[in-house]
Amino acid sequence: MDILFLLIPIAVILAGVAIAFFIYTVRSGQYDDLEGPGHRILMDDDDPMIPRYEPRRRRLKRDK
Amino acid sequence: MPAPDATPPATEGGACFHCGQPVPPEVDLQVEIDGQARPMCCAGCQAVAQAIVDNHLEDFYRHRTEVAPTPEALIPEALREFEVYDNPALQQSFVHRKEGELREASLILEGIVCAACVWLNERHVGRLPGVHAFYVNYATHRAQVVWDDSRIHLSDILKAISAIGYRAHPYDPQRQEAVQKKERSRMLRRIGIAGVGAMQVMMMAVAMYLGDYQGMDAHIRNLLRWASLAITLPVIGYSGQAFFLSAWRDLRRRRLGMDVPVAIALGSAFLASAWHTALGRGEVYYDSVTMFIFFLLIGRFLEMTARHRAGQVAEELVKLMPAVAHRQTEDGRLQEVPVAELRPGDRVVVKPGEPVPADGTVLAGRSSVDESLLTGESLPVDKAPGAPLVGGTLNVASPLTLRVERVGQDTVLAGISRLLERAQEEKPQIARLANRVAGWFVAGLLAVAALVFGWWAWQTDAGEAFRITLSVLVVTCPCALSLATPVALTAATGALTRVGMLTTRGHALETLAQATDIVFDKTGTLTRGQLRLVRVSTAEGVDEGEARALAAGLEAHSAHPIALALREGVTPRALEVIEDETGRGVLGRDGERLLRIGSLDWVRDWHPDWREEATDGTRIYLADRARVLAVFELRDELRPEAPAVVRRFRAQGLRVHLLSGDAEAAVARVAGALGIDDWRARQLPADKLAYVKALQGEGRVVAMVGDGVNDAPVLAAAQVSIAMGGGAHLAQASADMVLLSNHLERIPRAVDKARQTLRIIRQNLTWAIVYNLAALPLAAAGYVPPWLAAIGMSGSSLLVVLNALRLRERHRDRAPRTAPATERGV
Repeated sequence: MDILFLLIPIAVILAGVAIAFFIYTVRSGQYDDLEGPGHRILMDDDDPMIPRYEPRRRRLKRDK
Repeated sequence: MPAPDATPPATEGGACFHCGQPVPPEVDLQVEIDGQARPMCCAGCQAVAQAIVDNHLEDFYRHRTEVAPTPEALIPEALREFEVYDNPALQQSFVHRKEGELREASLILEGIVCAACVWLNERHVGRLPGVHAFYVNYATHRAQVVWDDSRIHLSDILKAISAIGYRAHPYDPQRQEAVQKKERSRMLRRIGIAGVGAMQVMMMAVAMYLGDYQGMDAHIRNLLRWASLAITLPVIGYSGQAFFLSAWRDLRRRRLGMDVPVAIALGSAFLASAWHTALGRGEVYYDSVTMFIFFLLIGRFLEMTARHRAGQVAEELVKLMPAVAHRQTEDGRLQEVPVAELRPGDRVVVKPGEPVPADGTVLAGRSSVDESLLTGESLPVDKAPGAPLVGGTLNVASPLTLRVERVGQDTVLAGISRLLERAQEEKPQIARLANRVAGWFVAGLLAVAALVFGWWAWQTDAGEAFRITLSVLVVTCPCALSLATPVALTAATGALTRVGMLTTRGHALETLAQATDIVFDKTGTLTRGQLRLVRVSTAEGVDEGEARALAAGLEAHSAHPIALALREGVTPRALEVIEDETGRGVLGRDGERLLRIGSLDWVRDWHPDWREEATDGTRIYLADRARVLAVFELRDELRPEAPAVVRRFRAQGLRVHLLSGDAEAAVARVAGALGIDDWRARQLPADKLAYVKALQGEGRVVAMVGDGVNDAPVLAAAQVSIAMGGGAHLAQASADMVLLSNHLERIPRAVDKARQTLRIIRQNLTWAIVYNLAALPLAAAGYVPPWLAAIGMSGSSLLVVLNALRLRERHRDRAPRTAPATERGV
């Protein structure tokens, strides 16, 4: 059972790491707006980054 | 959720693609969006849609879930107004200077209706050269902007926002919001640390409990104990700080609050555990300590969130007073000045659509002024030279010249806020009573603990006495007692918030449950606050449709509620409007025929003999030179759910009252339709206050439902107050509860919920007291070992929490998310 002398301190350190990460998330304002980001992810503002992207406008014109 | 398909709502047929309003037949404006020509209702929408397309932001139209608000036409004057915000003197109050030329400001964004608006704003403004960061908070409708002042000015940013159809006002977040944000993140840190700690400690505690049964090597047990101590240390030192500080505050004021026993139990349990850990024998209570802190903090956090949301609404009040006024100089020129620089005696011009910047008297011009924020009166009031104007009210119709008489702290608005503060201080504090009772309980507990310690120290040794005293303190630790009320309140508050009832004060539910009388302020609470055409009587040979088309044509260009009601659902006849006399009526020409529409005296100019019986509604007359053609009767309609709500209140045993500032006949009609016997008409705020005080004098508990600023003192004087979301912000800020939607039926539901809450609180308190009274003698007699005490305490607390959780709604019918801030732009 002596392995516990290694594992328990590791558990304590991990708890400390978890707390540190949590404090970072609070400080960087990740809890300030709990609604917006859920919607934000659905907006395709990465269109220009997609290779061979054809804007919807032109596509519609061509389809006509 | 944004709809994935490209068809935005409400744009079928002749509706404006941008704002969803019907397109007037004579208007032919179009913008090509995604390859299709889309109809636009006005130049404002066209400009905005074009700006969106030109900036390749058409995605907005694909992602939006609500139609955009109708933008105001961008007249160059309105754009110039923004330049005042570049004035360094004015900027001092809301701009934060960073290194170099970088500046940071907070903006209140108006017109945000769905997530696509946030996206549109962020993309559009974020791409301006010189803007370093632009972030919109969807939950609060606030934006944060950082820009390089050498490359772009704040006014350019504000112009860019208005180019896409939104309005932004800089504001000073320093005051309440910054404080709240700090409090919130500190609370979150405390909860996070307590949560992580509690889970870790609990994990080790389970190992130790099992070890007690199955046997565990002493060195392993010590290791687990030291590890638990290491984890508990930050939890009690940082997360538990709140309780120690608050207990210390209570003690310094020579009171015994609920936090005192919590602090003593936490402190002594922790110190004893640490002492036992150091000794290597005895009980440890780290698991109880950390869990206890975690649960208590969660309850307090939820309470704080509700309080903050109410506070943010109050901050919007700042917007009632405009930042900029148009001062007229000696030579008649107009000059834009910050409102803070106005002095009594200045001449100020208030344009239509602008709020009045200060209290004063009308010097020139005739117009209608919307005073609903102040009086709760839903219809604009006509103002002619000599009439008093109150700062913060909205000029609706045409320009007015105003002589400033009172500014700043001397204005009526400032006076009302002061009255409000005083009325709030007079509020009955049931919470204080609860605290005093708790004080006695705690004092008794501490005295018993001291006696027990003394007795056992005399009988045995100090070590044994400490062990037993600790058992007493732990087993009777008023955890359950102190959890009983807040957990039930939090669960009920959460359930109510989900259906659109916001609780802003701790005592609101408790008092609402005990309410015996419910008092309504008519304007805007039981009625829609919108006029509707209920009856048209026409002269012989006049077709009703014809009369309505003529009326709509004459009123086609007015934004007055009467005009809106007359235009609703009618295709207006194209007419020439010759004269529009505010407050009286309109003179127009249909071909060769002269027509008048308006009030009785306006039509009597032509037909002095016209007579008719009195009415409780509003009547509008249409006439030509020969005769009166039609009489339109308009009424402020009852909300459809109002009768059922009043019946529900009766069934709950509440007496329903109606106080209103309106005329006798109108109030009688509403009261009659709803079956309310106790009603009063023509009530001034002071009368309402006296009425409520009189009820309270009879020992009744009054719940007040209101929406205007004039109600604010009355709302504060009632034992519990409920404000409706569509109403004035000040009333909401002072109310104990806020109804976010306009669904009246949520109020009786809240009463039910409040009563259930009170019942559960009573059950919880009874249980906690019975448990404590039963456990105390056993523990004092030394029969309860500390581990059993800990189990008893945790079990008792758990029972209380589970009982309280019954208050949560099972069916999650969410209220529509109508943020009150977007409903009324100033």
